[in-house]
Amino acid sequence: MSTNATYRSMSANEVAWAIASAALAVFSLFVASKATDPGYAFHAYVFALAGIAGVIALGKRAAANVPAVAAQEINGKPNYNMGPVKFATLASLFWGVAGFLVGLIIALQLAYPALNFDLPWINFGRLRPLHTSAVIFAFGGNVLLATSLYVVQRTSRARLAGDVSPWFVVLGYNLFIVIAGTGYLLGITQSKEYAEPEWYADLWLTIVWVAYLFVFLATLWKRKEPHIYVANWFYLAFILTIAVLHLGNNAAVPVSIFSPKSYIVWSGVQDAMFQWWYGHNAVGFFLTAGFLGIMYYFIPKRVDRPVYSYRLSIIHFWALIFLYIWAGPHHLHYTALPDWAQTLGMTFSVMLWMPSWGGMINGLMTLSGAWDKLRTDPVLRMMVVSVAFYGMSTFEGPMMSIKAVNSLSHYTDWTIGHVHSGALGWVGFVSFGAIYCLVPWLWNKKGLYSDRLVNWHFWIATLGIVVYISAMWVAGIMQGLMWRAYTALGFLEYSFIETVEAMHPFYVIRALGGAMFVVGSLIMAYNIVMTIRSGEAAEPLDAAKPALVPAE
Amino acid sequence: MSLWKKHAIFEKNSILLSLGVIVVISIGGLVEIAPLFYLRSTIEQVKGVRPYTPLELAGRHIYIREGCYNCHSQMVRPLRDEVERYGHYSLAAESMFDKPFQWGSKRTGPDLARVGGKYSDEWQLQHLVNPRALVPQSIMPGYPYLAKTELDTADIAGHLKANRLGGVPYSDEMIANAGADLKAQLNPDDAGAAGLEKRYPKVQIRDFDGNPQKITEADALIAYLQVLGTMVDFKGYDAKANYR
Amino acid sequence: MAETYALLAAIAQQLGVIFFMTVFAVVVAYALWPKNRDKFDAAAQMPLRED
Repeated sequence: MSTNATYRSMSANEVAWAIASAALAVFSLFVASKATDPGYAFHAYVFALAGIAGVIALGKRAAANVPAVAAQEINGKPNYNMGPVKFATLASLFWGVAGFLVGLIIALQLAYPALNFDLPWINFGRLRPLHTSAVIFAFGGNVLLATSLYVVQRTSRARLAGDVSPWFVVLGYNLFIVIAGTGYLLGITQSKEYAEPEWYADLWLTIVWVAYLFVFLATLWKRKEPHIYVANWFYLAFILTIAVLHLGNNAAVPVSIFSPKSYIVWSGVQDAMFQWWYGHNAVGFFLTAGFLGIMYYFIPKRVDRPVYSYRLSIIHFWALIFLYIWAGPHHLHYTALPDWAQTLGMTFSVMLWMPSWGGMINGLMTLSGAWDKLRTDPVLRMMVVSVAFYGMSTFEGPMMSIKAVNSLSHYTDWTIGHVHSGALGWVGFVSFGAIYCLVPWLWNKKGLYSDRLVNWHFWIATLGIVVYISAMWVAGIMQGLMWRAYTALGFLEYSFIETVEAMHPFYVIRALGGAMFVVGSLIMAYNIVMTIRSGEAAEPLDAAKPALVPAE
Repeated sequence: MSLWKKHAIFEKNSILLSLGVIVVISIGGLVEIAPLFYLRSTIEQVKGVRPYTPLELAGRHIYIREGCYNCHSQMVRPLRDEVERYGHYSLAAESMFDKPFQWGSKRTGPDLARVGGKYSDEWQLQHLVNPRALVPQSIMPGYPYLAKTELDTADIAGHLKANRLGGVPYSDEMIANAGADLKAQLNPDDAGAAGLEKRYPKVQIRDFDGNPQKITEADALIAYLQVLGTMVDFKGYDAKANYR
Repeated sequence: MAETYALLAAIAQQLGVIFFMTVFAVVVAYALWPKNRDKFDAAAQMPLRED
């Protein structure tokens, strides 16, 4: 940028990033000028702004004399790069609250349809993908980015690879979230569940994801430890598999580069198989493998004991990733998918129960000899309950994949209940636990602002989950039974609309449970903000600690 | 013994770990998905299924845009109650031109795989504008703006071309006439109506939203809803021969 | 076409299971191999070491 003596000049690396950002901005402006759809033009302008912001940020970095290449070590200790981790942690907090809130709104829309207001941008059909993407990809995704980039550094005892690229990963990922979310509201969607973003957002995510994979791998290559810790296995499997799934499921032909609309390459039954191969493995590798990485690092860390059985964790890993990939067809029981594929999907889903419970046992038994900590540490309690919810939903899942059960449960709210026992109980709680652990570590605080507030969060949210999932169980099973009920004369007993009417009280109760979960997340947000702003600092990092030598 | 030492590279070498993961996850996917590409064996031989007309395709886009698939499935399972409630169970052939498929995963509202012809155009329009005017207990959102918004038809040939690249058999003639065909489907007296009918057998030609002055999004969406599940000629369908 | 389909379907139904059993056996043997015990014990301590 400037060769002025007080500023350093940009490194070749930074210049390359700046050129790429500028090229993105110019190309986006060109696309925006010819876009056939106002929503698409808006997205092109957002990309252009992001490109310009990228150039400015890189220039400022040089102007502020941030070293172009950071020191790998300071005083013989790894110089960890926690900036991107902090950003992703705060982003997850923001998206979490936002996503839960949208969930509450759509729950209320089902109970009180007037809340759709007859408007395009906020009708249920557009808000529901916003909710699912916000909680899975925005909240969950940022938690995974934050924890994986933290854990890989700590367990490798090495600074994150790259200087600009880790920032590109977290900022680029959040740009994807903004594009995806605003797209749904504007009616830009390809209608594949949990993969709704259109072709250009998918392309952008592909670039970001490849960068993520390289940052993660290159950090592993720099490691000082002989072994790769098992949590990193799970993170790596998550990153790799999501890449494969994303490319397979989103193969599409755009109408033109000036149109947001595309048509998927696959059709009908093949597309269905691709979609649920993707869809179920999004659960398996995004919402399970990634968060198991969290479990394998944060629970041992919090109880200060090694994982119960490292050997079990190895078996858990390979069995889980092998079995999960087959389970997709259980979403397509009794459909036009060939029978053998359905049976295969069911068989592997039932087998999946075993490694899932192996992992649960491994997580829970890590506490053996330290169970008393559950009484005093609400954060640990949150994580342990999350593992219990994991066990519960990984029992329920295989059961629902049995064709006879599925013929009743499919298309009903039982599925919604099942998803939420996993999503709120397992993914939500283990994420909250990780955030509560991470924030004091990252901002160098002695502890959280208030443990009592964690306790409140825990109880309100737990109660909310129980209310939510019980309402959905009852509603779903009732709905399934009503659809197949016959009168003594052999006629269908209920019209469809009667089954809709019967759902109303349960939709109200579910919204209540969801509201409690939202309140819990607001308590957490307040607690985290107060911790960062006013928490008591831990002892300064550079002050020589009393020489505590590990006993091993 | 040395073999086991070598095996330890899995956790020492991230590239091998990555390759191991990719091999393991690829197998399940390949085995389940690859056979489905042998179309003739996966998809039944049936008469009557044709690609969507330009107007139906535009309507399908509205259906996707509004997220209808979040609450409505398009897949009747071969279970007694479903067949009695919705009609003949769905065949793979019926969605062979669907990109992406619209089978759905949730029935907050009823299945729509065979909704075509079950209700009048007028009913569909009123129901879209205000569902509770016709079905008081309904929890469906209202879509009054569809009947007011002009359909964007500018790039309709491009949509057909993108579908063709993905394997839908749209002919050069269909693509060349896409814009004209879209308009012709709304007016039986249109000069192009005969050509449309030749290209898309059994196509329903009429003004779907009752407002001939304007081509609206409601026109397209209702045309799409009215064709759902009506294409297959079940008289010539042999279920036993097609079991798989 | 029909033969290819039948072959692929047969692989899915039979060889898949055999393959899975083999991989699983290898993984279990690896995890339980006595020689690997020390290595795994050391690896389990990794998150707890502070720097």
